[in-house]
Amino acid sequence: MAKLTFSIGGIHPADSKLAKDCKIEVLPLPDKVYVSMAQHLGAPAKPVVAVGDSVKAGQILAEPGGFISAYVHSPVSGTVKSIGPRKDLAGFNQTHIEIDVQGDEWAEGIDLSPELVTALPEDTAFILDRIKMNGVVGLGGATFPTHVKLSPPPGKKADCLILNGAECEPFLTSDYRILLESTDEIVVGAAIMQKVLGGCPCVIGIEENKPEAIKAVKASVARLAYPGIRVETLRKRYPQGGEKQLIDAVMHRQVRSGGLPIDVGAVVQNVATSLAVYEAVQKNKPLVTNVLTITGDCIAPERQHNYFFRIGMPLSFIAEQAGGVPEGAVKLISGGPMMGKAIANLDAATVKGSSSILYLGESTRRGQQGPCIRCGRCADACPMGLEPFLLKRLWAAGDASALEANAVQDCIECGCCQYSCPANIPLLDNIRMAKAQVMGIIRARNAKK
Amino acid sequence: MTNTIIWTVAILTVLGLVLSLVLFWVARKFRVEEDPRIDEIEKTLPGANCGGCGFAGCRAFADAAVKAGNLDANYCPVGGNEVMAKVAAILGCEVKEAAPMVAVVRCNGSCANRPRVNVYEGEQSCRVKATLYSGDTLCSFGCLGCGDCVAACAFGAIAMDAQTGLPVVDQDKCTACGKCASACPKNIIEVRPKGPRGMREYVSCVNKDKGPAARKACSAACIGCGICVKTCTHQAITLADNVAWIDPAKCKLCRECEALCPTGAIHGVNFPKPLDKEGIKQRIEARKAKAAAEVAKKEENNG
Repeated sequence: MAKLTFSIGGIHPADSKLAKDCKIEVLPLPDKVYVSMAQHLGAPAKPVVAVGDSVKAGQILAEPGGFISAYVHSPVSGTVKSIGPRKDLAGFNQTHIEIDVQGDEWAEGIDLSPELVTALPEDTAFILDRIKMNGVVGLGGATFPTHVKLSPPPGKKADCLILNGAECEPFLTSDYRILLESTDEIVVGAAIMQKVLGGCPCVIGIEENKPEAIKAVKASVARLAYPGIRVETLRKRYPQGGEKQLIDAVMHRQVRSGGLPIDVGAVVQNVATSLAVYEAVQKNKPLVTNVLTITGDCIAPERQHNYFFRIGMPLSFIAEQAGGVPEGAVKLISGGPMMGKAIANLDAATVKGSSSILYLGESTRRGQQGPCIRCGRCADACPMGLEPFLLKRLWAAGDASALEANAVQDCIECGCCQYSCPANIPLLDNIRMAKAQVMGIIRARNAKK
Repeated sequence: MTNTIIWTVAILTVLGLVLSLVLFWVARKFRVEEDPRIDEIEKTLPGANCGGCGFAGCRAFADAAVKAGNLDANYCPVGGNEVMAKVAAILGCEVKEAAPMVAVVRCNGSCANRPRVNVYEGEQSCRVKATLYSGDTLCSFGCLGCGDCVAACAFGAIAMDAQTGLPVVDQDKCTACGKCASACPKNIIEVRPKGPRGMREYVSCVNKDKGPAARKACSAACIGCGICVKTCTHQAITLADNVAWIDPAKCKLCRECEALCPTGAIHGVNFPKPLDKEGIKQRIEARKAKAAAEVAKKEENNG
């Protein structure tokens, strides 16, 4: 069958999946964990525990601070030491709950057994409640609360659930490993989400560079025999895992400017989210663990790992477990090399969406910036059909209405423009600012209406 | 041939005359009556269109002043009292004299005080850098050093010091329009009164972290210890969010806070003599001893 892909733009970075054969290991528990209240998109969560309280793993620490927000649970058992500001990944203060770890005792009602539960619950309200109460958020990068995404607004119906197993970012292997090691759980998770969305078909999209994963998932889908689930092979191309790109690739539909995937009948969820949904619904286990890759181009192969981590573990603790920061690393990134965030503070705590610690060497330094020669490579690479060179100029000129007319608000911040620029111009840095400004203007205008 | 030329010239001449009459008529008919004082005031103003007064430009300022008929809501910080007196004369009203102001950079984070912990390779703009992360030092409140304030200044009054990596305000050129203060994403620059003969006292730090964290990030940070608040006999200093602030209206420039600040976060500028720390400390001790003696005396009298 033809391999699917999106229609415009995109780039082909070397895939560098160096840690793909490292089995997922379980990390020991640190002495202290720091659970951030802002680890999902939307309003920060509000703490419901007090200093001195003893908590069990899986117990609710904080409740949603708004409609778009999520529950946060304790990843460990122990005593709440303090609640206060602590520096996050980017070095800004965020409210964290500090817990002194004592033992590893889980709250009641959580099924920790490894048996696969394939029978789906009948009641969709029950499923959504479990997803909400267990703090499940999208683990593909945006950490959008999953129960909100699985409840389409009235009048909209999902035609297709797309499970994103593309993992198009170079280096990252956490999704690949769970596709191999928790295949059945992911497929059951997909069936649960299908049920919530009214029994629409489900497509699991996996890029062609993961043949073992495709084989394993196909076998699992055939064995579990849920109706309407199929696996599609996607061409290797970045940003294949972008929501709008994946909808284009799988359903050949385009989300209009300013629209949501549900407008074209699509709901996209990451495979890691599917696993979290399975655990939340079938095992009543809150989202307090995830898989993180330690990799990079300047770290020895034996020091590369895939780890099951508990949220709140400091990144520095995980880095120590893997032998510390390697010599020659000039960049530390959390997430993939394309869209990940620079780690300004290695003592920052891991959050639900943490997916990697990436060490990049000297060769990845940004080169000398030159003038724009209007070669148009950025416009060719843009998967949203924008003209990044123009947007940067308009931003410099401060022309917000022209920026909006040129659809800066459609930018998905994938970084293809900056990657393809021969003059090393930091296009995305500028476009991101312009996008934030224009989005602010649009929101203010909508609020007025 | 000759005919063509004659006709062309004739038609164009007639057309020109007719259209000029139309223009003359339109100009008469639709003439906008404007107060001549607006033009006069605009000519008096510095003409930098900097927006420091809160209006879109000098003409908008003049327009608003004439419409209001007084200068209660208008003050041109660039022109200062001199220009405002002229404007008041044109309008025939009173103007309140305002203390001359100056932009003050409240950050001590020079390369020596505040070690760099990472290298920033992105766009050289504070505005962009501030959205990406907290900066290349451990202080998430201090100067980012990309010079957005320098670019914003229309008067060439701010320049980056290559040695310290911090912006320096030329107080003679600074007109206190406030452009730099609004360009700074970290709100480090504050427009403060220039003070008598330029003498002023201010806390040169905005770090809201708790003491140990602030100290770790920068050796000259305000650590929120509150010694200055306790020392000040004029109640001029307030402490909020672990950072002190000196109220220029209450400060009497005694420099006691500056002498006692353990990190040197408080700066005094344009004083004729260098700070005599020991002398001031002795003065404070003497005052305390006197106060204690008075208390003891009172108790004696009462007892």
